[in-house]
Amino acid sequence: MTAHIDAFDRYRHGHSILHRLDPRLKVVIVVAYIVSNSLLPDGAWSAFTAAWLVLLLANALAGLGITYTFKRSFVALPFALAAVTVLFVPEGNPLVDVHIMRSTFLVTDAGLVRFGSIVARSWLSVQMAILLVTVTQFPDLIHAWEHLRVPRILTTVVAFLYRYLFVLSDEVLRLLRAREARSAAAPGHRAGGSLAWRARGAGHLAGQLFVRSYERSDRIYQAMLARGYSGHIRTLNPHDVHLRDWLVAFVALILIAALQWLGWR
Amino acid sequence: MYFSPVVLHIPDGFLSLTVALVCWLLTVVLVGLAISKTNRSLGDRQVPLMGVMAAFIFAAQMINFPVAGGTSGHLIGGALAAVLLGPWAAMIVMTAVIAVQALLLQDGGLVAMGANILNMGLLTVAISAGLYRVVARRSAQVRLLVCGAAAWLAVLAGALATSLELWLSSTVSLQVVVPAMLGLHAVIGVGEALITVAAVAFLLRTRPDLVTNGADGPAGLGWVAAGLALSALTLLLVPFASSDPDGLERVARDLGFLARGQPRFGPLIDYAFAGLADTPAASIGAGLVGALVVLAAILVVGRALRGRS
Repeated sequence: MTAHIDAFDRYRHGHSILHRLDPRLKVVIVVAYIVSNSLLPDGAWSAFTAAWLVLLLANALAGLGITYTFKRSFVALPFALAAVTVLFVPEGNPLVDVHIMRSTFLVTDAGLVRFGSIVARSWLSVQMAILLVTVTQFPDLIHAWEHLRVPRILTTVVAFLYRYLFVLSDEVLRLLRAREARSAAAPGHRAGGSLAWRARGAGHLAGQLFVRSYERSDRIYQAMLARGYSGHIRTLNPHDVHLRDWLVAFVALILIAALQWLGWR
Repeated sequence: MYFSPVVLHIPDGFLSLTVALVCWLLTVVLVGLAISKTNRSLGDRQVPLMGVMAAFIFAAQMINFPVAGGTSGHLIGGALAAVLLGPWAAMIVMTAVIAVQALLLQDGGLVAMGANILNMGLLTVAISAGLYRVVARRSAQVRLLVCGAAAWLAVLAGALATSLELWLSSTVSLQVVVPAMLGLHAVIGVGEALITVAAVAFLLRTRPDLVTNGADGPAGLGWVAAGLALSALTLLLVPFASSDPDGLERVARDLGFLARGQPRFGPLIDYAFAGLADTPAASIGAGLVGALVVLAAILVVGRALRGRS
């Protein structure tokens, strides 16, 4: 069991128009789309539907099949639980009584609209974010940030994090497997010690991981110096914005503006 | 599962744009400060180290331990990073971790990222670093004790900030979500505290040279003040928010944080809690008892660890 790159990275190789689009324009478009979703008023169902159609179009343009991001979009769902409470906004007309523990909650139409809108916004936004990393290699994304004036120290730390994430994940999986191998339990018998004992075990794993990471960072630095590292990370992909990129970005921003118009009409 | 998500990661769509932008503003200012401070004090040598440390925090979040009934405790890492790396470096490291979680795993949104960095990265680090600096020159046992208490409080502060931001975006009702979030994270925080204490104790025993934060250099009075102030604010707001949400709502409305036209979560919700102890005194009492239980637990663990060394 090793953490291969696909355990974390969603990038899917391709040559579609979205794959080839300049990364910084992709970041700008995705952020604009997400901001546009937050700006749409509650209950703007036609605009939410149109935003969903834009998303399907983007999926198709990326050559992934139109349901690609939908299948991977359930990560944000648990959080919707927190928003369930807005169902009971006292404004608006009551629809259904819910009885929980001798108390009566009224689900109102205003609450239902608010809840639906929050879930729609979040679900559309998370799908667009998934699409971004599906059609952009992570190092290119980091490079895009550099162009967008994110401080270099931050992008470099993120680049190292990405590079060593997989190495240290392997390390942690080895530690966890070793713990697993030493944690045999006979059927019918309680295994393991007290809560504090188990927590101490986990803490020792974390401490051990820290020591190994620290020592590794030293070797990494020496190896990088030996290969000519000069304090910043290079990429082979030239990031030039062509006319075609500007055109795609222009069309995308027009579409987003149209969504706003539809929502506030 | 490789990665167990933390409840605190807010996805996009749950924060109003105003709240998201205010959080981004605070985050940008604080991270910018952290970058200028670390740029001054660190050489090229330290940047790869911070990157590997960020990967360490990311990987350490995969370490879990069974608690009871199929639930497991695991690490968020703000306190551990603060103690091991010092506050400014820890802030940059946590920012990188949260940014990569949002970008790569969609764990937390992009526009909501400012709020997530603020809640889980900056707030937790400021509280832990500040409290730890108070006792940086004391005995190992005192340091471990404060380390655990700080880790617990930091998780609670993160949960409080998260629920307040959601409430100001009128995405959740204060009356239900604040007690639920704080209750849940009071438990999650115990796991965080136990793992943090055990990890630091392990390092103090095996590689004391790596745990140097605060023991050298100036005392960092600013951090001490910030840590104490944020802790005090958390300890004051937690009982107030969970016992008297209507009061909090009124204060926010008077200060202009809540718009007049915003949907108000009215007294209907209160019926659910009418049977429970509702008075501020009872709630503060419960909070104090909880804090004492955690302190006692940490004390016992600290003693056990001490006995081993």
